Amino acid sequence: MKAMVYRGPYKVRVEEKPDPRIEHPNDAIVRVELAAICGSDLHLYHGMIPDTRIGHTFGHEFIGRVEAVGSSVQTLKPGDRVMVPFNIFCGTCFFCARGLYSNCHNVNANATALGGIYGYSHTAGGFDGGQAEMVRVPFADVGPTIIPEWLSDDDALMLTDAFATGYFGAQLGDISEGDTVVVFGAGPVGLAAARSSWLMGAGRVIVIDHLDYRLAKAREFAFAETHNFAHHDDVVVLLKKLTGHLGADVAIDAVGAEADGNLTQHITSAKLKLQGGSPIALNWAIDGVRKGGNISVMGAYGPLFSAVKFGDALNKGLTLRMNQAPVKRQWPRLFEHIRAGLISPGDMITHRIPLDAIAEGYHMFSSKLDDCIKPVIVPGA
Amino acid sequence: MPYTPDKPVSPPSADELRARIPGWGADLDPADRPSFPKERFDPGATGAHWTEPERQGDDPRRERSIEHAHLTAVYGTAQPLHGVSGAIRRYAYARYSEGRAAHWLLLVLGDRVEATGAHVRSLFTTRPDNPITETGILAEPRLRPIASRRGRVDLRHAWIDPILVAGPWILGGWVALRMVRRVFVRRS
Repeated sequence: MKAMVYRGPYKVRVEEKPDPRIEHPNDAIVRVELAAICGSDLHLYHGMIPDTRIGHTFGHEFIGRVEAVGSSVQTLKPGDRVMVPFNIFCGTCFFCARGLYSNCHNVNANATALGGIYGYSHTAGGFDGGQAEMVRVPFADVGPTIIPEWLSDDDALMLTDAFATGYFGAQLGDISEGDTVVVFGAGPVGLAAARSSWLMGAGRVIVIDHLDYRLAKAREFAFAETHNFAHHDDVVVLLKKLTGHLGADVAIDAVGAEADGNLTQHITSAKLKLQGGSPIALNWAIDGVRKGGNISVMGAYGPLFSAVKFGDALNKGLTLRMNQAPVKRQWPRLFEHIRAGLISPGDMITHRIPLDAIAEGYHMFSSKLDDCIKPVIVPGA
Repeated sequence: MPYTPDKPVSPPSADELRARIPGWGADLDPADRPSFPKERFDPGATGAHWTEPERQGDDPRRERSIEHAHLTAVYGTAQPLHGVSGAIRRYAYARYSEGRAAHWLLLVLGDRVEATGAHVRSLFTTRPDNPITETGILAEPRLRPIASRRGRVDLRHAWIDPILVAGPWILGGWVALRMVRRVFVRRS
């Protein structure tokens, strides 16, 4: 089969690889119909995530058709069209039993701090991902769901990670009616978090980024008030002025490891890999939120230490919540919202690329060219 | 003027927001939020029809975190360890927990060693690494390269990327050239 493979930092190409095979009785093999490139894939692409091996196939957002199932699979059969959450999880360990599907303890031999994720290095378990013609899907009775007939492919794809993660992020903010929510980052997760904040009763939603085309999308897609941090000397002062010098009630970090806005932080983390990630957005969140406020971290960071301002977080009495999203737990409610016409996650997609053009897709997304917000790979194109 | 108990900036009323934002307040009640509370004991909700999963196998060669009691029930089999990079990574897993910086720094070292070796090996194959096509920069002319970058704050560090990507190739070529010259000078 054809698959995207990693060839080292900033380099990817398409190669012929052996077809994936059933390796466990509850495995399925899925023929990929659509796969997305996620902002967190860029951390792999830039060589920031430890134990990203040459030949690894990225891709944790995908939908497709079941090609084959293992002997113990009961809920799926060949031909079913499925959406697959980015988490690989067993369903019965201590963490899965408590709804923490992203923290499954039975699927990632390489680390205990993280569950399994498709195509996200050996630090996330060493499973090849979905930017390929086919992919192995472990625990087929637990993770994937048959795509309802009324759900569009684009919406289904965006629920496998990006929109579900943003929605989860808004929940971790513990938003109360009338709260002012500031979202750092107007990428897909930030857009989803901003849109979801209104569902939870926010009184005001402010989105901060430095890319004007993304801020325009935040106004249109998420009805948000937007500010370009490059036009302001100090984002924290801006936030204080916007909120009567109190600070926002809730801040959501939807940026993560490669944040811009502080040259030293960016170079020491994203370029020189001396930190697990550049915590600029997180530090702005800590300083820009009000005392006693809540911070939700959805941005992805590497496992090394980062220079985070914990002293300010302590002194302000903040509550910090974070996790990789347990995606499937979000789906029933998000299905209701889509059916009711309240949200349209697929509207975040801006580009469609054939698998053969994967290197160009990564370059476009990484360099933020052509107003790219969410690129989608079409393996069959 | 001193600060008061009220919010200095009042949000619009619920009616105003409901009229302006589709679905405003649909999940106002925390009970409607699927991850509230974040931990909720409900083992029957996952679709699993086992009390503990069957084991995929117990490959003794498969590396694992020493924080795990055993190899996990299911594990990825993509890109098994090999060569020098494999030895470095195996040592990182076998010796250090995830709590130790050495664990991660060794894994990063393994990544760089493997990437370098893969580049060199590829030169002796029918499909050597091509930094032009594999970085995707050939798409630049179609992607409005100038307009897309105008006024962006990240331009301040964009100059580093070509150095990171092309630098090792140029440095490697220079070292190779020096070695070849030295051999020729000695012979003459």
